[in-house]
Amino acid sequence: MKLITAIVKPHKLDEIKEALQAFGVQGLTVSEASGYGRQRGHTEVYRGAEYQVDLVPKIRIEVLVEDSDAEELIRVVVSAASTGKIGDGKVWSVPVDSVVRVRTGERGADAL
Amino acid sequence: MASAITTLAADAPTLSAANTGFMLICSALVMLMTPGLAFFYGGMVRVKSSLNMLMMSFISLGIVTILWVLYGFSLAFGTDSGSLIGWNSDYVGLSGIGITELWDGYTIPVYVFAVFQLMFAVITPALISGALADRVKFSAWILFTALWVTVVYFPVAHWVWGAGGWLFEMGVIDFAGGTAVHINAGAAALGVILVIGKRVGFKKDPMRPHSLPLVMLGAGLLWFGWFGFNAGSWLGNDDGVGAVMFVNTQVATAAAMLAWLAYEKLRHGSFTTLGAASGAVAGLVAITPAGGAVSPLGAIAVGAIAGVLCAMAVGLKYKFGYDDSLDVVGVHLVGGVAGSLLVGLFATGGVQSDVAGLFYGGGLEQLGKQAVGVFSVLAYSLVASAVLAFLLDKTIGMRVSEDDEVAGIDQIEHAETAYDFSGAGGGAAARSTAAPTPSAASKKVDA
Repeated sequence: MKLITAIVKPHKLDEIKEALQAFGVQGLTVSEASGYGRQRGHTEVYRGAEYQVDLVPKIRIEVLVEDSDAEELIRVVVSAASTGKIGDGKVWSVPVDSVVRVRTGERGADAL
Repeated sequence: MASAITTLAADAPTLSAANTGFMLICSALVMLMTPGLAFFYGGMVRVKSSLNMLMMSFISLGIVTILWVLYGFSLAFGTDSGSLIGWNSDYVGLSGIGITELWDGYTIPVYVFAVFQLMFAVITPALISGALADRVKFSAWILFTALWVTVVYFPVAHWVWGAGGWLFEMGVIDFAGGTAVHINAGAAALGVILVIGKRVGFKKDPMRPHSLPLVMLGAGLLWFGWFGFNAGSWLGNDDGVGAVMFVNTQVATAAAMLAWLAYEKLRHGSFTTLGAASGAVAGLVAITPAGGAVSPLGAIAVGAIAGVLCAMAVGLKYKFGYDDSLDVVGVHLVGGVAGSLLVGLFATGGVQSDVAGLFYGGGLEQLGKQAVGVFSVLAYSLVASAVLAFLLDKTIGMRVSEDDEVAGIDQIEHAETAYDFSGAGGGAAARSTAAPTPSAASKKVDA
């Protein structure tokens, strides 16, 4: 199994959710995140005083999938999240040792 | 203001129900400016000191109201003594004034004039508080407010508006408080911050406004209340001057907002919310002394000039290194000075008084008088306020400890915090910037 993590622009969340549903993903976890990449945030101006805001808001989406689906799912997420502009985010996957469904105690692929 | 005495002096005093009703409504409108100011300032500070900022304005409604009734009205509008101060024991506690008693030439009861003027006395020290954000002990602020209105505001109100007051007798025009309120408060703010010093982290830490919507709410309430402040200052509307003042207030404020926005678009690249709110307040300040003397076109000029001047002035604190937290000097002092001096140029000689400014056939005389009014009040308030702050600092201390200032003055001074970010998921939902909310459940917890 793999854990796919995507850090993306907040306004892309709906599109990515729909794409994942169409792909057949049963569940996902979404949380708010903040950070910066190469673009290093933005500048805000208050009565002429400029503030450099390093950390920009992002959304983190996490999905557990079977190994065989991982590559295709990453492609789906990347395609839905892309705007072609700087700050689109990153997607990565890591191997997962075990997964348990809390309600039933099912393990592995059955728990997804 | 008191100039109504001279204009209407020929008439026998008759109580006008219309003017009395109008003035009670205007007084209520001016009262609303103080909580409006609290929101305007409160939104501009960081979360950790937002309640303190609200309270510093709000407390003025308590302290100054009581002092005004006890002795303030008597000092400001009692019988003149040496052109410097007034006194009338009937006014102490407002106890010897009959409810239908009128001054010669007035059409509203003295009592109504006293409550209208009370609201001016309330907002003026509240204006100062914006310069002191984040760092002043609340107990010291209470004492400062009480001492300041006694030593500075009540006498200055007498100079500017009281029958016999030296600036009033000289012919300085201050229709609704550019000198007595805004220059007075702005200069006091400068005097105090020169004594108490900068916030911890000034020029290093970001001190962004925590809620621009609150700032806009406050600016909106100020604008609304200012119609009472300005249009009410003719103390009636039998001859339409109050209506001229209403129009001038509106157009000067509009012009100043646009001017500030245009300046910052050129200078910094964006039309900011804070700029719109600040520009509006700058225009309101500038038209306050001038609104009874100029035409609507003159009011547009006054507003536009003040908008640009104030937008430029707010940067001065970074240049000179004094920490006027919320730009009381940049907006109220500079705006007040601009409006007061512009009377000498734009007075048309046909509205509130016969005085014509330089552009309308008058000479430089009125400009000279205005300058005397501006700089005498500025100097007196600056020095007296600095001395008061110095005395308080040496006795009870003006500032909270550095630790408390960094942790947030709300908790240490008021045992409260402005917003509740606690609770499972509440924090995340409260800070949400994303369009879709990740979890409906967390929203419920937050509510």
